[in-house]
Amino acid sequence: MAARDQILAALRRNARPGAPRPVLDGVGARFPDLADRFAEAVAAVGGTLVRVPDLAAADVSLRALPVHREARRVAALVPGVGRPTFDPAEVKDPHELEGLDLVVLPGELAVAENGAIWIEGARLPHHALVVIPEHLAVVVQAADIVPDLHAAYARLDLAGRPRWGLFLAGPSKTADIEQSLVIGAHGARSLTVLLVGSRSPGP
Amino acid sequence: MAHAPAASHPEAAARFAADVPRTHWHDESLWFMRVKRDRAAAQVPEWERLRELAQAIKAHALATLPALLEQFERNATAAGATVHWARDAAEHNRIVHGLLAERGATRLVKSKSMLTEECGLNPYLEARGIEVVDTDLGERIVQFRDEPPSHIVLPAIHLKKEEIGALFHEKLGTAAGASDPKYLTEAARGHLRQKFLAAQAGLTGVNFAVADTGAVVVCTNEGNADMGTSLPPLHLACMGLEKIVPHAEDLGVFLRLLARSATGQPVTTYSTHFLGPRPGSELHIVIVDNGRSALLGRDPYRRALSCIRCGACMNTCPVFRRSGGHSYGVTVPGPIGSVLAPTIDPAAHAALPFASTLCGSCADVCPVRIDLHHQLLAWRGELAAAGHTPAGKRLALRFTAWVFASPARYALAGRLARFALRVLPAGIMARLAGPWGRQRELPAAPAESFRDRYRRTHGRA
Repeated sequence: MAARDQILAALRRNARPGAPRPVLDGVGARFPDLADRFAEAVAAVGGTLVRVPDLAAADVSLRALPVHREARRVAALVPGVGRPTFDPAEVKDPHELEGLDLVVLPGELAVAENGAIWIEGARLPHHALVVIPEHLAVVVQAADIVPDLHAAYARLDLAGRPRWGLFLAGPSKTADIEQSLVIGAHGARSLTVLLVGSRSPGP
Repeated sequence: MAHAPAASHPEAAARFAADVPRTHWHDESLWFMRVKRDRAAAQVPEWERLRELAQAIKAHALATLPALLEQFERNATAAGATVHWARDAAEHNRIVHGLLAERGATRLVKSKSMLTEECGLNPYLEARGIEVVDTDLGERIVQFRDEPPSHIVLPAIHLKKEEIGALFHEKLGTAAGASDPKYLTEAARGHLRQKFLAAQAGLTGVNFAVADTGAVVVCTNEGNADMGTSLPPLHLACMGLEKIVPHAEDLGVFLRLLARSATGQPVTTYSTHFLGPRPGSELHIVIVDNGRSALLGRDPYRRALSCIRCGACMNTCPVFRRSGGHSYGVTVPGPIGSVLAPTIDPAAHAALPFASTLCGSCADVCPVRIDLHHQLLAWRGELAAAGHTPAGKRLALRFTAWVFASPARYALAGRLARFALRVLPAGIMARLAGPWGRQRELPAAPAESFRDRYRRTHGRA
């Protein structure tokens, strides 16, 4: 560990103490209606949002969409939403997930300000399920919308056991050729957000 | 460095700017990014507060960096990751190659990492029989062209779609003459999907390393970091040691700033948090110094370590927009690169702090409020004092200082200049004005100087 010790010693020599940790105040987005704002934000990042009263309605809506109607291989991780053709938990090697047409994922919480949805890795048998399919649908409860990322991190407990997770905002995209926005760079070519229920009026 | 500076910035910039329509196109492309950034920032009422917090969090992180790195190492290790330390580029490259070689991996997919670019990792691995595929679309384009990225966020911003079409025709067999970005992106998707499926290891950069959890956060729009790490059994995450943030909640501040500053998006499409390896795979995190610990001790320049690599200073810089990223001859170009490069090798990069108008636009857009133009000015003084500036420039500045130091000499110089403007032909005057006069009309000489006029209207001062 010569390298480690040398680097840390150099940093100790050169660091200038005296910059206290700031209090993260004075920030926080406010929106009159979180669900409306979230819907706008999802559209802005290239997603499609469908509002449904309950999971049964989410299922009906999703199955009516071309991304489901035309899909041959479907993995659905939200019970009762979508018609799965196989169980990805029984797949050992994630490479076998290549060729998936649609994956239905559970969303843990949604961020009104930017349209991002937290996908909790522990609820997925494979990380690849987030990026490998042609199309994605995410089911998220309207009650789980928070105003911004500060509120999101306050709710997520990210320490402890090994895990992964991500904020997903819209479908995969690139603008690397003359800044022309192209949807579907490596990951899903579309993202359908099924927003379930409505928010009870806040305090 | 992956590529040695072939020419000093003024020469390389002059070559770039010789193509006038292309220079205008490049200028406008980057200004478009700046406009998008402005629009995104204006939608966040507490934008300035976020910038202040980001600056303060980074200052706190730099002040406590050794402890935070140890805390990060402890937490990452407890979560099952293996942490490696590299003093310099060579050690970093050896560690990465060693990890691949021990597992017999010869096919590596990479998502964007300016650090590995800085370390020259690709040629190092390729010389040892490893196929390295950059999977960010812009990076794949410049990799096919065997050139470095010209911008840290938009690696192929210097290329036109027709050039990329011709390149893909040659490399990927796309239709001759095709240049539709959607068509070309689709071709790259198919090509890279095969590379992802065949890869034995995935390497990513690190946007943020969180000390209090041990997680690394990687942000992409394409999803290439998630593709590259979710299929093969080995994930290598390479980070400069300044990427540490103390707490997970700090990410709320940085993720709200990063994509808005970089591309005007509210957030990147994939902001993925890795805490330990996924079951059945390995996660190795390589923490790299390569001059950073020394920079931490250099007073005017320390804050440059706060950089989150959004590229906003490049998009707004009038010099970058008109000279192109390659003219800087370093991995990180633009205002931030012009501060960082001389810390590694002052003599080689002495021209870079002069590649600025000191307009301060870079500091105004910087999401972590690095005082970039002040640092550029400080570098100029330091480089001149150390004799790293051209003799002609030193002499001219010494002469100017001598003139400006005395009111009598200053007044005489003004009289001479006004006289010369009146009697000498414009062509000769333009030449006397040096490079400044090349594309500019000199002003008409005023009938009298301010001093003369003041004396005339107010009597003696």
